[in-house]
Order: sequence, then structure tokens, then C-alpha cells
Amino acid sequence: MASRAQRMPTSLRITSSGFVLLWFILAAFPFFWTLWGSFKVELDFFSIADWTNAITGERTQAVYGSPFTTTGYEGAWIKEEFWRNVLNTGIVCLFVVTISLTIGTLGGYALSRSTYNYTFWLLITALIFRAMPPITLVAGYLLPFFEWNLWGILPTTIIVLVAINQPFTLWMLHSFFKNIPSELDESAKVDGCNQFQAFRRVIIPVMWPGVITTGLFSFLLAYNDFVVGATLLSESNRTMVPAVNAFMGTTQTEGNVMFAVAAVVSATAPLFILVMFFQRQIVGGLTAGAVKG
Amino acid sequence: MRHKTFLWFFLPTGLAMLLFIALPIVSVVTQSIFAPHPAVLIEVESCTPLVGCTTETTIDQDATAALRAEKPLGRFVGLDIYFDRGHLAVTEFGEIWASSDSWGDMFKELGNLPFYRAMAFTLTFVAVVTPLTIVLGLVIALAVNSLHRHLKGLMIFFSLLPMIVPPIIGSLILFWMADSRGIIGSALIAMAGDPDFSLKASTGLMWIALLVYGVWHAAPFAFVVFYAGLQTLPSDQLEAAQIDGATRWQQVKFVVVPHLMPLVTFVALIQLMDNFKVFEPIIGFNAQAHAHSLSSFIFNDLGGETRQLSSASATSVITIIGVAILLSPVLVRTWRDFKGAR
Repeated sequence: MASRAQRMPTSLRITSSGFVLLWFILAAFPFFWTLWGSFKVELDFFSIADWTNAITGERTQAVYGSPFTTTGYEGAWIKEEFWRNVLNTGIVCLFVVTISLTIGTLGGYALSRSTYNYTFWLLITALIFRAMPPITLVAGYLLPFFEWNLWGILPTTIIVLVAINQPFTLWMLHSFFKNIPSELDESAKVDGCNQFQAFRRVIIPVMWPGVITTGLFSFLLAYNDFVVGATLLSESNRTMVPAVNAFMGTTQTEGNVMFAVAAVVSATAPLFILVMFFQRQIVGGLTAGAVKG
Repeated sequence: MRHKTFLWFFLPTGLAMLLFIALPIVSVVTQSIFAPHPAVLIEVESCTPLVGCTTETTIDQDATAALRAEKPLGRFVGLDIYFDRGHLAVTEFGEIWASSDSWGDMFKELGNLPFYRAMAFTLTFVAVVTPLTIVLGLVIALAVNSLHRHLKGLMIFFSLLPMIVPPIIGSLILFWMADSRGIIGSALIAMAGDPDFSLKASTGLMWIALLVYGVWHAAPFAFVVFYAGLQTLPSDQLEAAQIDGATRWQQVKFVVVPHLMPLVTFVALIQLMDNFKVFEPIIGFNAQAHAHSLSSFIFNDLGGETRQLSSASATSVITIIGVAILLSPVLVRTWRDFKGAR
């Protein structure tokens, strides 16, 4: 955009910058507002008298002698034991990412190297599975899980999330492996490797960028999941997001909305850091599917 | 790759999908054509001297348990659950069809049936949010692309946030701000000049809030995809257009948009799938009184003390059929691409 002809006229430049600024406020402001407000008391966060109280923290000052208070966080983390939910989310995410990448890599590789018609049908089935709302499956899980005492525990949720995650993982890794020339593993096979050895010695060393990107999205799916956690986990095993929602039910009656606000901020913070470090991979992953069709 | 090798590579993922996606679908279909057994009732005549005899109807616990143990699936009811008042409401639909004079009248009447209300909201959400997301994403991409390059990275970082946070959390954050005591809520009250103005009170406003949330949540995705597309825009085409005297608007219309067209199709497809799943914002906004989507309708049946599995299953099956119809054009296209690519 260096040429003079490409330079924008001033009026357009101002409109465009103004629009970017507007979008920036729309996208970022709610998060900063909530972060700031999470250190206030409820009467400041939801201010009837004057909305500037939420900024200055007048009531918080009156109650705690300082415009900032961590009572919301203490209430959520210690009193309501939110750390348990954080721990559960950690366990679920770790296992979901590991298992779904392991089996997804094998499957995606196979789909990318086979030329038979059934690969198409498998991919299409995966696409339909990807489009189905996960809640439609829950009615099918409940009876068998109750029957076999599998309901309410973390391993069940992990395996269900892995399965729900597979269609997306397969599509993503399939298109990624398609971009690795098949001559690589063909030549390894000529040298006497079988298919699995070719995969292990030739493909695994070069597959990491695609696997890391896919892993990030698996992580996000497990982290952001509400439906499965809310319907398949018992109260003591809840992950973060269903727990936040449960806060809304229990704490609102006790006038402790600030617990929920603190929990929401706590659950957002890791994602903030994740985007900071992996922005390039996330953007790459979002566009990969689009560019390759 | 030989069939046998393929099988071994695909087995783990195939098994996971078979056991936890395909089989549950079968189970859901089965459950939707069976209803739970009604309790077995017995009449007991109890006679007290002087007062006389009364017959009482009580539940025969043993017989009920025996019946449930004998046929755990329940009694076979065919498509009855699909046609009952809670779902497709065939009888009511027929009456409304016969009695209403105009289309508007008919839609209003249908709005009283819970399933049609959920369907209407879901389809409205898909139809409104998908195009708005694409347009907004495109405009943001064009605007950000003209920024200084240091600012671009920062903008992308903050733009990703609404998309990346869990939908429940994103909708809660917006919901708190839109509360009548929150900052957006106060601003709306000031603008409307009505101190009782509240999102929670009005169905129309709640729908608008949910749609706004939908666009806010999805626009970053469209933006990032279009932004990436803009990076591969061939500059010679733009220059050629300029030499031919194209205005800036014409350049966008005749060069940029056609270049991004495949990406528009891609974003539209993904958005169609995701918007059809709309669920979490309804929970986050606590909007069940005003709006239900197909997903939240199922969630409602599954929650609470009485898990209405049959009813939830019937809605699930209808939803899955809806997904298949929505996807059918894509499937046909993918098949053609696949045939061509081979």
C-alpha cells in the first residue's frame, strides 16, 4: 500500500480509523470493564445511583476503606471452592487434547493418504457430526451412563468430549496432511518401511505445526464446553464454565453476584494469555480451512 | 493405502465416533418412539363403619416397578411424541391452519406453541446473524488492513477475544453490562427516557440482545478469515482497476469482493452450522422466558427433577434432520469437488 494512488483520502481515512476504534471498544471494553468491576462491591458494579460509581468505587471505599477489594475472588475461590472447578477443567483439557490429537492424527493421516470412495463418506459423516448441536446427543448418553454408573465422573466427560471433538480434528488434520507431499512417505516405503514406520519416521517429524494448531482448537473446545459438563458431571466434579453458570443460580439469591463476576474473570484470564502467545497459530488455524477449501 | 492399513489407522478415532456419536443417535431415535410407562393405578375400597365405603385410587408401586423392569424402554408410541402439543403439534397446527385468515394471524397463533417458537427463534438467529457477521467482518477487515502494521497485530489480538471466550462467559459479561443497573443498561434508560426500561421485561428487546451477542461473538471469525484473504490480494489487479479509473468503492466491489468470494462461502457455511446450534447465550442471558432455541429447548427437557428423555429425544431427532437439510447443498458440492479432485 505504498503507492501514492493507493493512499486514502483524508475523509475516508478518518471514517476507517473511527470504525476500527469503535470495533476495538466493542470487542475489548466489556472485558476491561468486567475486570475493573470485579474488584468492587456489588452496589458499585451494579450501580443504581450513579454509573460512575463503578469506576470510582465509592461504595467499595465506604465499606473496605479502599476502592479495590478482593472479596469477590476470596468468596469464589475459597468459600465456593472454585479452585476445584479450575482443577477439573485442567484435567479435562489435558486429557482431551492429548487423546484427541493422538487418535485424530492417525485418522487424519489415513484419510489424507487413501484415495478410495469411503474416505469421502467418512469425511462427510464427520461434517454432519460437526454440524450437530452436542446437546442432541445427551439424551442418548444419560440412560446407559446411569445404568453403568458412568455418569458424573471426569473420565466419561473426557471421552465424550474427545469423540465430539474428532470430526473437527479430522477435517483440520486431513487438510494439513494433504499439504505434506505423499512422495515423502512413498519414498520411505520404497526404502522398506511399512506404512506405520513411514508415518513415524517421516511424517511425525514434520507434522508439529499442524498438530499444535489443531491442539489449540481442541483445547478451546474442551475449555469452552458447557453442554457436556453441565449435563454429564455431578456437582462436585464440575468444570469451570458450568460452575460459573451454577454460581448464577445459587449466589444470586444470596446477593453474591460478585463471586460469579470474579469467577468469570478468573476463567477468562488463561484464555487472554493463550491468545497472547498463540495468536499466530490461532489465526493460521482459522484461515487454514478456508484457504484450502 | 491398503484397506487393512487404513482400518488400523482409522480404528481409534472411528471407534470413538461410533460409540459416542453414532450409537447415541440410534439411542435417541429409539427413545423418541417410546414413552415412559404410566404408573399402574389400582382402586382400593376402604370401608369404615358408620361413614360408609369410599374408593381410592392409588399407585400400585410393585406392579409399576415390574412393568418398568419388564420393558425398560417404555411403551411403543410410534410418532405420537413428534406430533404432540410440545413438538410438531399436528392437531393444533391443523386448527390454526383452518381458522386463521391471514399469514400474520397464523404465525401469531403458531407462536403460542413452544416448539414452533423455538424453531422460529433458531431460524431467525441463523438468518439474521449469518449475513450481519459476514458484512461486519468484511468491513472490519478492510478497515484494519489500512492501519499501520504495528496496530494490526494489536487489533487482531483484541478482536479475537469475543470469539475465544466461552459463550456462557461472553454472554454473562454483556448481560451484566446490559442490566438496568449496568453501564449499557443505564445508557439505554437515559436514551429511552423511561426509568422502567429493561431488557428482561420485553421479548423483542431480548431477541435483539441475543442477536447482537451473536454478531459480537462471530464477527471476529469472519474478520480474521477475510483479513487473511486480503493479504493474498494481487496488487496488479487493483492497480489495473485504478488505471481504468475505478473509484475506491468500485475497486472493493469488483476486485476485492470477488477475490474473497470463496472465503465468504466458507464463513457462511461455518456460521450456518454454528448459529443453528445457538444455545449458551440463552442460558447466559437468562432468556428462557422470552426465547428458546432448539438446543435450549432440549436442555430444558433434560434438566430438572423429571428428565423428559422421550420429549428431548424427539426434539433432538428433528434438530438433526434440520442440520441435514441445512447441509445438503454443501454435501452435494463437496461430492462434486471430491470427484473432480481425484
